[in-house]
Amino acid sequence: MTKKQRKELQRIIIAAAVFFVFMIGENLGVFPFMENKLIRFIIFLVPYYIVGKDVVKGALHGIKERDIFDEEFLMTLATIGAFAVGEFPEAAAVMLFYSIGEWFQGYAVGKSRKSIKALMDIAPEYANLLMEDGSTKEVDPSEVNPGDIIMIKAGERIPVDGEILEGSSMVDTAAITGESVPRSARPGDSIISGCINGDGLLKVKVLKKYEDSTVAKILDLVENASSKKSKTEKFITRFARVYTPIVVIGAVILAFLPPLAIAGLKAAGILPEGAVDGGLLEWIRRACTFLVISCPCALVISVPLSFFGGIGAASRAGVLVKGSNYLESLGELSVLVSDKTGTLTRGEFKVSSVIPEEKREDILQLAAYAENFSDHPIARSIKAAFNKDIDEKLIKSVENISGQGIRALAKDYEILCGNDKLMRENGIDFVPCKEAGTVVYVASDGKFAGTIVISDTVKAEAKEAVSSLKKSGVKEVIMLTGDRKEVGEAVARELGLTRTYAELLPGDKVSIVEELEEKLLKNEKLAFVGDGINDAPVLARADIGIAMGSMGSDAAIEAADVVIMDDDLMRIPQVVRIARKTLSIAKQNIVFAIGVKILVLILGALGIANMWAAVFADTGVSFICVLNSLRALKE
Amino acid sequence: MKKKFDLEDLDCANCARKMEDAIRKIDGVKDINISFMAQKLSIEADDDRFDEIMKEVIKACKKVEPDCNILM
Repeated sequence: MTKKQRKELQRIIIAAAVFFVFMIGENLGVFPFMENKLIRFIIFLVPYYIVGKDVVKGALHGIKERDIFDEEFLMTLATIGAFAVGEFPEAAAVMLFYSIGEWFQGYAVGKSRKSIKALMDIAPEYANLLMEDGSTKEVDPSEVNPGDIIMIKAGERIPVDGEILEGSSMVDTAAITGESVPRSARPGDSIISGCINGDGLLKVKVLKKYEDSTVAKILDLVENASSKKSKTEKFITRFARVYTPIVVIGAVILAFLPPLAIAGLKAAGILPEGAVDGGLLEWIRRACTFLVISCPCALVISVPLSFFGGIGAASRAGVLVKGSNYLESLGELSVLVSDKTGTLTRGEFKVSSVIPEEKREDILQLAAYAENFSDHPIARSIKAAFNKDIDEKLIKSVENISGQGIRALAKDYEILCGNDKLMRENGIDFVPCKEAGTVVYVASDGKFAGTIVISDTVKAEAKEAVSSLKKSGVKEVIMLTGDRKEVGEAVARELGLTRTYAELLPGDKVSIVEELEEKLLKNEKLAFVGDGINDAPVLARADIGIAMGSMGSDAAIEAADVVIMDDDLMRIPQVVRIARKTLSIAKQNIVFAIGVKILVLILGALGIANMWAAVFADTGVSFICVLNSLRALKE
Repeated sequence: MKKKFDLEDLDCANCARKMEDAIRKIDGVKDINISFMAQKLSIEADDDRFDEIMKEVIKACKKVEPDCNILM
């Protein structure tokens, strides 16, 4: 609660106490002096003044600025109208409940703002700059430049993106990625600003200025997310713009037209004298009901608040959504197109099978010796699968045959290790392999020994993520890959994807996404997920571009609309759920608020709904909508 | 020059919208965005007249909501 809110609350309580004492007292007949109209007026003016002072002041300000559709002005006009027609308790009550509604609204907004602020509490406060004489100096993060050396002590927040020169530690990345397991950081590793250093002392070379560092980018992004308005928000702003003038004009018409018409009809003799009556005062009373309902606040506040809450909930899960519009689109997601390597698969190669299996050890050993000095991913995966010490003294010679493989003299064998071309060129009688993946044939002393198949491994959570997306109503999950058809189809089968496009060139991805988007229905959206490194054009082209596992890659943060900070694919169904929930909350609010307002307007015009109902239709509805919006924050 | 300021006691979303509209009309303002939720005002304006422009911005905000302060 802010100071202003506390003061306001005190005023509301005092005013409410005064109001109810006299209200109940009057009804029980214990205050006979209230039969005097003037005294009664003054008594109800007291709570009115206590809570409504600022509103009336705001109204005068509105008049000065010639803004007659100002909320405070309308509220004041309605209550003065109520006083004028002798509805004293109603006038005071309208002001009282209006203030209560406003107060709760402010409180709720403040509360959700606080949870967002907590999320934004990732800004580093200082950096320890290493000076030439070896001492350190505390400076503002924005004062360090690339190339400077900084020291990061245990428990401190990493101020800028950099590279570790000395020291090692476990770094808590939760604030940035939502990932709770700390990452190890050693010399040579790059570290991301906004994370918290564990218990080691790190000497770090600054790579980026503060404003280009991850933490500054993220803060910027979250703060600006609400400036990209969703369709729903735009609708409501447009609606609010016309709603108030229409209702106010309606109020003016209601106040004067029916009494004039009735009087006219009576004068013309069409209506008998004294038939339908109510008089001018009755119609003014009804018009005041209109004015109370004319404020669009419930709508103007609650829809953006739901989106703000949704974006907050997503950020807490380690997913940055760059605008309300993207959150809305995620809620309408029907086709998810995914890149393969690095997104659905780890992008790490592993020996998936050795043929024949019973000679596994021998084949791996031959290949490992041949590939020992190579640093190619394939060589590394073979050595990892072999997982035994290699006696380098036994390797006599190694010859790289480009485009084919390796010929090595090791362990007294002449080993050939490579593709089918290598086998053919050397006249080896080999068994061609059709398995999905990269195929490495191994031969020793001119005889075929066997085959090693190396393939990328599918991420552990990928299958569950796909099925969970389908469950939440995403119709298609499609994979695009530059890989061979067999490889693509094997992955698609394993994960239960609906379609695969394989053997694509980089430019093909954009045209496929365009084609798929054309087939979408009006309220269906397409998202593309990629690792954000080579996918920038597709990320930009798709309705929603989602970058994965891009911690620290600012190219990805820039190009994508939604950034998943850790590598976890399960974040996608999670953020879709958050988006759907947010969207449904926003829609509930719109239907509820507009519905109640229209209902009370009709009943008010007919004289059935009084000012109490109008107060509910204004502040009660606002309050309920704000409370409903807060649900978007929880996931 | 692009700058960001915190806002204090910005109480209504509609006022934020009105302030934006008013500030956009000030000469020399290239871009303006007021986030009601973040209570922040980000402005891009001509470098050489920046202070002058900010004075007008403050005036424009006060006109919409007298209680609201821009923390400089």
